[in-house]
Amino acid sequence: MKKITIGIPRAYLYYRYHILWENFFHNLGCNVIVSEDTNKETINTGKKLSIDESCLSSKIYLGHVASLQKKCDYILVPRVYDYGKNEQVCVKFNATYDIIKNLLPDTKILDYNIELTKQPFQIVTYFKLGLKITKNPLKIIISYLKAKKCNQNYWKKQLISQTKKLNSYNKKILLVSHPYNVYDNYIGLPIIKKLEQMDIEIIYANLLEHKTARMYAKNLSPTLYWTYSKELIGAIEYYHYSVDGIIFLTTFPCGPDSLVNELMIRKISDIPVTNILVDEQTSSTGLETRLESFIDIINERRKNNG
Amino acid sequence: MDKITFPHMGFYYIPITYLLKNTTKKEIIIPPKITKKTIEIGSKHSPDYVCMPFKYNLGNFIESLDLGANVILQAGGGCRYGYYAELQEQILKDLEYEFTLINFIENNRVSIAKIYHFAKKENPQLSLVKFIYFSINTIIMIIIMDKLSKYPRENLGFEKKKNSFLNTQEQFLKELKSKKHSPISLIKLYYKYKKIYKNLPVEKPEDCIKIGLLGELYSIMEPFSSNNIELKLASYGIEVHRYTTLTYLLFQKKHNIKKLLKKGKKYLKYHLGADATESVVLSLELAKKKYDGIVHIKSFGCTPELNAMSILEKISNDYEIPIIYFSFDSQTSDVAIDTRIEAFYDMLLEKKNLKEKDIKFL
Repeated sequence: MKKITIGIPRAYLYYRYHILWENFFHNLGCNVIVSEDTNKETINTGKKLSIDESCLSSKIYLGHVASLQKKCDYILVPRVYDYGKNEQVCVKFNATYDIIKNLLPDTKILDYNIELTKQPFQIVTYFKLGLKITKNPLKIIISYLKAKKCNQNYWKKQLISQTKKLNSYNKKILLVSHPYNVYDNYIGLPIIKKLEQMDIEIIYANLLEHKTARMYAKNLSPTLYWTYSKELIGAIEYYHYSVDGIIFLTTFPCGPDSLVNELMIRKISDIPVTNILVDEQTSSTGLETRLESFIDIINERRKNNG
Repeated sequence: MDKITFPHMGFYYIPITYLLKNTTKKEIIIPPKITKKTIEIGSKHSPDYVCMPFKYNLGNFIESLDLGANVILQAGGGCRYGYYAELQEQILKDLEYEFTLINFIENNRVSIAKIYHFAKKENPQLSLVKFIYFSINTIIMIIIMDKLSKYPRENLGFEKKKNSFLNTQEQFLKELKSKKHSPISLIKLYYKYKKIYKNLPVEKPEDCIKIGLLGELYSIMEPFSSNNIELKLASYGIEVHRYTTLTYLLFQKKHNIKKLLKKGKKYLKYHLGADATESVVLSLELAKKKYDGIVHIKSFGCTPELNAMSILEKISNDYEIPIIYFSFDSQTSDVAIDTRIEAFYDMLLEKKNLKEKDIKFL
């Protein structure tokens, strides 16, 4: 029997769930292909498909989906509504499935819905997803459990390496942004590269156990309610005493970030903070200058404080 | 002494003032009418690419605080509206105003219990029965305001005597503001003005152009923020229909989502968040009802409506119904909007005439 090929767009929730997804589908006996790193072409196709006011991250997502169109049998498009009571997410994630379905009507989509208030057990959601591929229920359950284990191990390792970084004597900067921005080839990676060149240890705000982060978020901001914002805010509260500066990275015009970043910048007064806004026209030179001057400030502060 | 203020949205300040005045017995400071200055002050202190309602609200607050207010009420939820209160509080504190900000939103919904506790704190003599009585009156006020705004919207473009509708509306609001109300007197008021409206002379052709006005709630309900688009459309002799009202948002929306998803099955599988599902399904229904066009308005960067727009385009193609999109920011000029409406109107007219010719030809 011919193997089914599943395409996963390398954007949005890919960076949160990629280990889980890849392992799950591998265990089910599918081929998995992930779209290429974001490049000029992805952004251009995405731009053409979407309404020009949409945020850059969503344009990139559409670009990735379009690039996978002819290469696979199914494209995986998750839809997220909430992670439990009072844990909603940005409305962009509520609508991704329907937008793609309407914009690219010929694509075969494999969708699943994360809505924990309706279906609190993730395994059921994945079971339904698996049924679309194989009819063997035992196989699905085993695949899911195995994949889940892999996923947990992976994030544990990442967390441990981050904790090690915290103890180093180098300058440390907290990079606050959604995972789909941080690891994106166009948005986050140039910044990470530049910072690494300057011998800066980067602490990632998205690397913190989600539950812990959500708990810490309450100390800094009691009312902001979207889960992805809360996780970042919690990480700021958790890490901010052990870093020298904070960089907020956001894409134009991200709805929640426009308010969250402003609020955080106003609330944090003890360490230097900068907000970097990336759009389709951002030049690397401008970015480098800003990063360099920011690092200069941090260096100066370190000298003064001994 | 507490002086209470709240953000503007259309004429809804009347029922809100009524409720607050009667329950808290404190001085209510209604923010000055929104002008260019309001939005200038608001934009100056807001983050750059936040959506417009934030800037309007902030402008309202600053103008009220300058008049001596020291308690601010805010209520918003669904999209990033719910984030407003905390950031606005921080911004105003950084501007060194002294005040307390109270947010009536809990779990994404306006919490009546919270309003009661607030009123009780301000006015310890308030009894629950009285609070319920005034709340019911307020709710009736909102409902009759929304009901009475429907007929003028559809007929304002065809009035024989200039400004007759607007003058009547002014009278109605004046009466709503000034009198003591009971549920019965409010219902009487409703019938009285319904009759007055119906008796205003209009000259309406049977096949006039009908459009639906959809989009983001603040742009729709606060005329200043949409450069008075409703009146502009009406001035071309267009029958305007709109569905987003405070009545809908407060009392009907909660039970409606499932029904909407069923109706919009062809285009939607999931709820799109905030008011986007409504926009999609309503435009689908308008298309099926053979409306001539749809005007979709929102403030710049409104994410839920952007989601809806991707799907609206498909509906527009499938049902051949023209849709025009307006995105408002602090720089939007009247002239630009006038030009676009005029072009849109000409196009609708042309389309309509063509259809008639086709029928004759057959």
